[in-house]
Amino acid sequence: MKYYDKLIFELSKEGRKGYSLPANAFPAAEALPTGLSRSAAPRLPEVSEPEVVRHYNNLSQMNFGVDTGLYPLGSCTMKYNPKINEEVCALPGFAGLHPLLPERLTPGACEVYAEMNKALAEITGMHTFTFDPCAGAHGELTGLMLMRAYHMRRGDTARTRVIVPDSAHGTNPASAAVCGLEVVEVKSLENGRIDVEALKPLLDETVAGMMMTNPNTLGLFETQILEIAALVHGVGGLLYYDGANMNPMLGVVRPGDMGFDIMHLNLHKTFSTPHGGGGPGSGPVGMTAKVAEGLPEIKVSGFHGNFGVILRAYAYILSIGWEHLREVGQYSVLGANYIKECLKDLYKLPIEGVCKHEFVFDGLINDGAVPGSEVPGAGASGAGVPGATTLDVAKRLLDYGYHAPTIYFPLLFHQALMIEPTETESKETLDAFIDVMRKIALEAAEDPMILHEAPHNAPISRPDETTAARNPVLKYWD
Amino acid sequence: MAHPYLPHTEADIRAMLDRIGVKTLDDLYADVPEGCRKKGAYALPDALSEQEIRARFAALEAENARLSVFVGQGAYDHYTPSVIPYLTQRSEFITAYTPYQCEISQGTLRYIFEYQSLICELTGLDVANASMYDGPTAAAEAMMMCTAIARKKTRVLLSGTLLPQVRKVAETYARFHGVDITVVPAEGGVTPLTAVQAELAKGDVAGVIVPSVNRFGIVEDLSGFAEAIHAEKALLVVYSDPSALAVVKTPGEWDADIAVGEGQSLGLPLSYGGPYVGFMAVKKDHMRKMPGRIVGQTADKEGRRAFVLTLQAREQHIKREKATSNICSNESLMALWVTIYLSLMGPEGLREVNRISTDGAHYLKTQLMGTGRFEDPFPEKPFLKEFVLKPVGESPAALQERLEKAGFFAALPTEEGYVSFCVTEKRTKEETDRLVAAVKEG
Repeated sequence: MKYYDKLIFELSKEGRKGYSLPANAFPAAEALPTGLSRSAAPRLPEVSEPEVVRHYNNLSQMNFGVDTGLYPLGSCTMKYNPKINEEVCALPGFAGLHPLLPERLTPGACEVYAEMNKALAEITGMHTFTFDPCAGAHGELTGLMLMRAYHMRRGDTARTRVIVPDSAHGTNPASAAVCGLEVVEVKSLENGRIDVEALKPLLDETVAGMMMTNPNTLGLFETQILEIAALVHGVGGLLYYDGANMNPMLGVVRPGDMGFDIMHLNLHKTFSTPHGGGGPGSGPVGMTAKVAEGLPEIKVSGFHGNFGVILRAYAYILSIGWEHLREVGQYSVLGANYIKECLKDLYKLPIEGVCKHEFVFDGLINDGAVPGSEVPGAGASGAGVPGATTLDVAKRLLDYGYHAPTIYFPLLFHQALMIEPTETESKETLDAFIDVMRKIALEAAEDPMILHEAPHNAPISRPDETTAARNPVLKYWD
Repeated sequence: MAHPYLPHTEADIRAMLDRIGVKTLDDLYADVPEGCRKKGAYALPDALSEQEIRARFAALEAENARLSVFVGQGAYDHYTPSVIPYLTQRSEFITAYTPYQCEISQGTLRYIFEYQSLICELTGLDVANASMYDGPTAAAEAMMMCTAIARKKTRVLLSGTLLPQVRKVAETYARFHGVDITVVPAEGGVTPLTAVQAELAKGDVAGVIVPSVNRFGIVEDLSGFAEAIHAEKALLVVYSDPSALAVVKTPGEWDADIAVGEGQSLGLPLSYGGPYVGFMAVKKDHMRKMPGRIVGQTADKEGRRAFVLTLQAREQHIKREKATSNICSNESLMALWVTIYLSLMGPEGLREVNRISTDGAHYLKTQLMGTGRFEDPFPEKPFLKEFVLKPVGESPAALQERLEKAGFFAALPTEEGYVSFCVTEKRTKEETDRLVAAVKEG
């Protein structure tokens, strides 16, 4: 990766163009009245085609992707994105389909939706899916709308609260709030699981439902899930499954069999579609038959959801088939446990035991702190050095050619470092990552300044984020 | 049994299990209660080879009709330059995630910064976010922004000339978020200012959402809207087709507070409705209330220009249950698509796209009127690439089906019994003449 400093606007020169269009064969239409016309042309760049190509290639080379190297970003499931999937979704018979075409003209597209619905229902134990949501958080919101619609249909209008564990993804409480629900937090036990005793007093007829991930955001299976489901159902609530952590469950456990009534999947996590630098995703929502009655009342995107993403996920399911589904789940769990066991002598493992697809360290065991100072850099004057933090470990990993794990999430630990390797990484890749993580731990113990100042060989060093927020510069032209 | 995406050999698995200290892969699930394990095999398709997958998709693709597209209604068949799919397919772009680690995500952060700058140019507003799911959800988010800013007022006016999908999505969000929507019916094909004023006078309106080019294809004259709306301390939201913003008066020029719309018209494939990209831009005053991710410019320790995700205190992962938007992932790769499209087209290219499409649409309308089979419901109203007509002596549905059989997706019925047509630069004059001939043949 090398630093490249241009913005497309800086390549612009009046009179250059990067497009070609056919000659206009139509007679000129009457001009738009001045009162309705734009007064000055937008300052778009004027750049030739080769300059555009080189510019974006140069930009891409400052980026790290799954195809670059290990991307152990916890809760994001950065698995390999198969290339055949990109080809099939770009076929003209799919890419050229207008979304308002009547179904009689799109039997191929309809079949993709029907087949995907059948496959996802089988994988999750749900009755049916809607494919309208465009991302995981969008799916959560849709699922909660369906939850509320279910209660409203029954005239059960007092149910305005939703229970969310303190370890939940930030989108869970946010989705609930946007959906007009009051969020009630339930605490976790020392062993990282939901405190069932603390849950019981929260449950009454004002509870619309409860949102959970299983395994939870610590990568731990909620072993009391069946009791929890019975309790929530006992007061008339519905149980929502956040499918962000579905990967380790593939081929082994189904949310429907655990008692969940509504769930979303992230096709861009579990079903291998590319994350695209932060979208497009797809967050289909699965549900039981009684919840599905509310589907006609709910429209959350313009047309049929992210069809292009759904096509990719379908290609993935066809490649994995029933034969390999279980291996996907199992190998993701195998990799996570392997890394955990190989590093827990150097990184704090707050909760012992077998994890699922991811786990959380709470920072370094020996962070190299020299007592006497809180100020980085003061070590040179002999006054002490602060210890290496999780942020420092993350930044040092970039120097060694790895993406960092998820950091400072979940919020249960101060130095959370959440690692998810996925099943598409080989033992050799995991071993190399483990070696680097061990090396970083030793560097921290000897000289944490190396970590404080990392990254040393990324395209840029740590930027000044405070100034960025205080004096925002958010576009090129002032 | 090996699979190309799964690199594990038997020996690898053995060695890893030994290191973990368990005997079998199943032991890794020992904590899963028996009662919730899947019994029996999964009823899924057999695993296919790559060659078989290709054949399966070719067969599915062939089942879909290939028609000449003369319909828009929020999804426009504009031309996609070859450069775009090549560049957006680059592994470093497409296989990256959200740029949380900014030091190795400068590529993503830079194109988002460029995208934000381009959206500000097109809309004439101060600050744009990194993108939304699609146009309708961007409008719904704008609606929630209006009520968040207005605090106690919970009513939002929606113009009856907005696309039906925009209205439906906004209505769904509104129902659960506690927003009261009032749809102001169209009059003469446009949003009536007097009716908007009458609603505003009730004193409980937080915002008003109107299109700049509406679902009848008419370019709306929004003179007086901002003044009336701001006098009631409400916000003006303008919903636009960003391609048309190269020629029509911008939301900024109408003094809108928020601009939203569907970015698909900037070179994205139709793709049966997605992935598309919603955009949102706001006046600076409302910057800290805007949902979604925002990229800002700063410097690294060596003073080099650098880009970061900024103003994150607005976002769901910080605000949690206090959030007014839950958006996390957006449509980053589609924002890159739009950015490259606008870089290639430049101001003149985008104007040319509008010119050919508009000339084509006006030509088609003249020819169709010449068949004597239509009435023009809005003869005096200015339009660009899209328009509606009222068929005479034939039902809208029958006309649509007849044209389908002749190879055209055209004459899409509207709720009023009109039919909608659209011409883009991809439609040739010869194709357009054939459509007119097909209309005559019935």
